[in-house]
Amino acid sequence: MARIGVFVCHCGTNIAGTVDVKYVAEEMSKEKGVIISRDYKYMCSDPGQNIIKEYIRLYKLDRVVVASCSPLLHERTFQNTVKEEGLNPYLMEMANIREQCSWVHKDRAEATLKAIELIKMSVAKVRMNEPLFPKRIPLERKALVIGGGISGMQAALDIAMVGHPVILVERAPSIGGRMAQFDKTFPTLDCAACILTPKMVDVRSNPNIRILTYSEVESVEGYVGNFEVKIRKKARSVDMSKCTGCGECMQKCPSRVDSEFDLGLGKRKAIYIPFPQAVPNVPVIDRAHCRFFTQGKCKVCQKVCPAEAINYEQTDEIITEKVGAIVAATGFDLSDPNDYSEYGGGRYKDVINGLQFERMINASGPTEGHLKRPSDGKEPKTIVFIQCVGSRDENLGRPYCSKMCCMYTAKHAILTKEHIPDAQVYVFYIDIRAAGKNYEEFVRRAIEQYGANYLRGRVSRIFEKNGKLIVRGADTLLRSQVEIEADMVVLATALVARSDAIKVAQMLGIPYDQNRFFTEMHPKLAPVENVTAGIYLTGACQAPKDIPDSVASASGASVKVCVLFANEELISDPMTAQINPALCSLCKTCVDLCPFSAIVEEEVKRPDGQTQRQMRVIDGVCHGCGACVASCRPGAITLKGYTDQQIFSEIESLASNF
Amino acid sequence: MGAKLETKEKEKKWEPKILAFLCRWCSYAGADLTGSSRTSYPPNVRILRVPCSGRVNPLFILKTLRSGMDGVLVSGCHPGDCHYTAGNYNARRKFAILARLLEYVGIDPRRVQFSWISASEGDKFAKVVSKVVADVQALGPNELFRLPQGGQTAKGAASAHE
Ligand code: SF4
Ligand code: SF4
Repeated sequence: MARIGVFVCHCGTNIAGTVDVKYVAEEMSKEKGVIISRDYKYMCSDPGQNIIKEYIRLYKLDRVVVASCSPLLHERTFQNTVKEEGLNPYLMEMANIREQCSWVHKDRAEATLKAIELIKMSVAKVRMNEPLFPKRIPLERKALVIGGGISGMQAALDIAMVGHPVILVERAPSIGGRMAQFDKTFPTLDCAACILTPKMVDVRSNPNIRILTYSEVESVEGYVGNFEVKIRKKARSVDMSKCTGCGECMQKCPSRVDSEFDLGLGKRKAIYIPFPQAVPNVPVIDRAHCRFFTQGKCKVCQKVCPAEAINYEQTDEIITEKVGAIVAATGFDLSDPNDYSEYGGGRYKDVINGLQFERMINASGPTEGHLKRPSDGKEPKTIVFIQCVGSRDENLGRPYCSKMCCMYTAKHAILTKEHIPDAQVYVFYIDIRAAGKNYEEFVRRAIEQYGANYLRGRVSRIFEKNGKLIVRGADTLLRSQVEIEADMVVLATALVARSDAIKVAQMLGIPYDQNRFFTEMHPKLAPVENVTAGIYLTGACQAPKDIPDSVASASGASVKVCVLFANEELISDPMTAQINPALCSLCKTCVDLCPFSAIVEEEVKRPDGQTQRQMRVIDGVCHGCGACVASCRPGAITLKGYTDQQIFSEIESLASNF
Repeated sequence: MGAKLETKEKEKKWEPKILAFLCRWCSYAGADLTGSSRTSYPPNVRILRVPCSGRVNPLFILKTLRSGMDGVLVSGCHPGDCHYTAGNYNARRKFAILARLLEYVGIDPRRVQFSWISASEGDKFAKVVSKVVADVQALGPNELFRLPQGGQTAKGAASAHE
């Protein structure tokens, strides 16, 4: 006969406010097998956990039910509590009477009755629980970082500095990411390149970091500590071991195309490095625009290359690596200007976005740091900045704030005035959100010291007239219409998730939100972790983040990787499937169903010396999904922790109490 | 409180009882979010956590109806998002067949519903629950399939039907 203890948590007033916890505890003590039942203000607190331990000892409890919050929050906590008292952690069950009860119901009587039922369900289940024993699995102390922007670089550096090898995969030809495109950074007006490029050099020269640029992760298999990743190293057409980075080829290449790095404001060659400080300083041939690849002749670069590094025959290479942890640092995209028909929808040349402005004002950018109208190259004298373009817009399905735009627009206003002191700068805003260290002060500087005109309100339309852009909007503070004749308009377009974010998320098993940003394990307490063990998140792939936040989260993620790597071995989840060969008919339905190929057929020797074929689940490989169990016709498979008996007894308990 | 609760129970008219099998990665977390955003939903649903919707054996559903509950919801991750890659597809295939069987034996297949709810869709969970409750409410009590009245497992249904 089981000896069960039930512990009902008040969660302050979170539960006790709606559920009569005293009555619940009283009722539960009448339940079959329940030896003791009591309530306490905060079960998860130290005194709360001590009560559980003390009662296990005093009443010789062999099973425990904690009725409190969601197991997703505190299952681990209470498993450890009972474990400390010598009880197998899998003999503890939780009843979720907060998220599923007190927080969703208002009627006290109803919620109280429901709480009792929920706890009875857990009691019914725990009765059937058996001790489970995790296995130890080895781990590979090598990390993969996906994305070579500031976040990914910081993460790679931190992990490498502890001494672990890191593979840094970046799909562009150079590391550096978005930050490499910026001119100055807020709120200090540091030159972005001056703080970024030394870091790029650190990454390049760290012996523990292997940089794979122009490469993409193709597949990820395995599990925490033991991932197997396939990385496609795209054909660069330039031999990295021979190239000296002299740049001869790029000068002589006859084919000019729009530069992605300069967002179409400048040109690059078909053989190119995206920007002068690129790491590695080895060009790639963009085969879609190379004359040799498209028309069959040219080979100018090969002729001029003094190092004989050009190789048109190079093919994509697939690299397979075993890693123990993966950091996703895949960054963000900007929303498409064509979305905003009221602002010209990408048709007006002199309506640009914030990132284009960065390129233009950057001394090493396409205009060498001179602000010029893309249409006629003239210096703009009146510039209108529009914030919140595509952010905080329910109609576009993008209700969130992009967080950076207030700050970089203030920066743009300042930089404009520094470049063209007599320029007129207007900023349309909805609210100014400058919550960060020295952020508010920075915006005030733009307004007070530099004389940027901030207008609270929306721009309803932009149209072209006599070579000018007419910006029509409302000033909601003055309650009047405004019309500004502008030479150039800069849209602070929304930061959005990468267009292929879902693909990456599915490959790595990362959940994502309605905006396709990656979801952390817990928004507050586990902000760089992920539900998929061994996968960590950093930077703007989670939500819009500025540089300080990205760097901080990168260091956070790398600490988590190092904590993981500090383990001798990993403890596997014992909730795996098990096949009873006596019942198995060898139909092998399970083999095809198992997404992890965890089920194998083997030959075993019987006591009579004969050999016999038999199916077996490989413990370390089984993830415990239960697909095989639910499909095994002879019922030969059980899933530890979620056996048919456990689930049936929950159903029965519910049916008789509901 | 005790007496008050009992009268409360007596007063109750028939209300459908529904069991929801939720996968622990998406839908269970989605239901948690419904809770933490304090969105209320009808009290007619109880949640049973499974690792994956693919773990749900059709027998669980039959057993649930047999023991007197009026409806079942099975919810997993969205297509493509299954923590175990394809468990939700397996589940859906199974339930398509189960629905046909239920129809064949005369049980309205609307008693057993299937949905995709992600961890960030707290609102959707509340909506799905309300819909299932309304559908089953319209169908009335599950009299056809549950064990005879007075039987241990049909007690709830019996008293509710007075
Ligand atoms: S599905 Fe069941 S019976 Fe068929 S091979 Fe797998 S374990 Fe054996
Ligand atoms: S529980 Fe899932 S992972 Fe484990 S053997 Fe069965 S199908 Fe494979």
